[in-house]
Amino acid sequence: MCTTCGCGGHAALIGGKAMRREARKHGGAVAYRAPAGQAAGEAAHDTAQARIIRVERDILAKNDALAAVNRALFASRNILALNLVSSPGSGKTTLLVRTLRALKEKFPLAVIEGDQQTDNDAERIRATGVEAIQINTGKGCHLDALMVEQAMQQIALPQGGVLFIENVGNLVCPAAFDLGEAAKVAMLSVTEGEDKPLKYPDMFAAAGVVLLNKVDLLPYLDFDVPLCIEYMRRINPGIRVILTSATSGAGMDEWLEWLESGMKQLAAREEAK
Amino acid sequence: MHEMSLVEGVLQVIEDSARANHFSRVKTVCLEIGALSGVEPEAISFCFDLVMKGTLADGARLEIIATEGQGWCHTCGQTVAVRQRHDPCPLCGGYQVQPNGGMEMKVKELEVE
Repeated sequence: MCTTCGCGGHAALIGGKAMRREARKHGGAVAYRAPAGQAAGEAAHDTAQARIIRVERDILAKNDALAAVNRALFASRNILALNLVSSPGSGKTTLLVRTLRALKEKFPLAVIEGDQQTDNDAERIRATGVEAIQINTGKGCHLDALMVEQAMQQIALPQGGVLFIENVGNLVCPAAFDLGEAAKVAMLSVTEGEDKPLKYPDMFAAAGVVLLNKVDLLPYLDFDVPLCIEYMRRINPGIRVILTSATSGAGMDEWLEWLESGMKQLAAREEAK
Repeated sequence: MHEMSLVEGVLQVIEDSARANHFSRVKTVCLEIGALSGVEPEAISFCFDLVMKGTLADGARLEIIATEGQGWCHTCGQTVAVRQRHDPCPLCGGYQVQPNGGMEMKVKELEVE
């Protein structure tokens, strides 16, 4: 327990015990302060000489402001922007390739690909005839709104169509960074374990729809689909879940229908303007 | 480890505030981090000194206000306390709980000179 305010903290646990960082090289242990109005006297510290500036600004304010610029651009060009998120290897690129092949005669399309290294995924997308730009984040674990803004300057925007942004394969960090998308499309594959929504709740909380992928492999696995969906709904009670196989094509109709209804909503909003 | 990017976000907020409020040194940075924000205060603390090195907040003390999580239970029709996103409602034991508090991650105040 934290000794400053008596809160439980939420430090990392190792074997059920709070992680200690006593001998850290940089700085000391986390100094917790009691929330205002709760043992405020105890939280008092020497402020006699210094000035206190009340900032009250979100840490992600800069990213959120850039995301708002991206979102306004998408709205002005009537573009449905989707942020595809999942752990590495769940099948995002394979599903995307299949989706692009199905939609490319119907709508203008473009793809922004995010990976730490290589141009491989953008190459796979370009093989479908759809324009793609690769972002390599280097050491970075997620895309941010500025990367997307700059990537958009290098491609023809799919006016009246869909921009797919395939995030870095990571079920943790991309949850926090708004890119200006209409929705996050989270993907989970049935080879991953049905309790992943509980293990990585932030991503499932942030998602607008979940694709449960690789369902063609279900006969060979112990994966419990209803239990997995129940776990997702513990995190995000109203979440829509679509069962897909990017390999066999199962569930693609339902996924494409979801996409087209998104396009129709955009078109309706355009007419209402 | 997006905490590194988040701490860089903290630095941007500090630098913006320094331009607006005309200060050149930061003694204390106070952040408000909610239990459901997906941010680990320990990891923030770990990156903090590193990111602030050589900036106007070099050597600044970091304080964190940890706010508690809360959610709206659709079954009970009221706000309840939750420690993490997949916690059941403490009243009915159900999982129809939509988080509605404790998601903050913001720079609360700065002690400057």
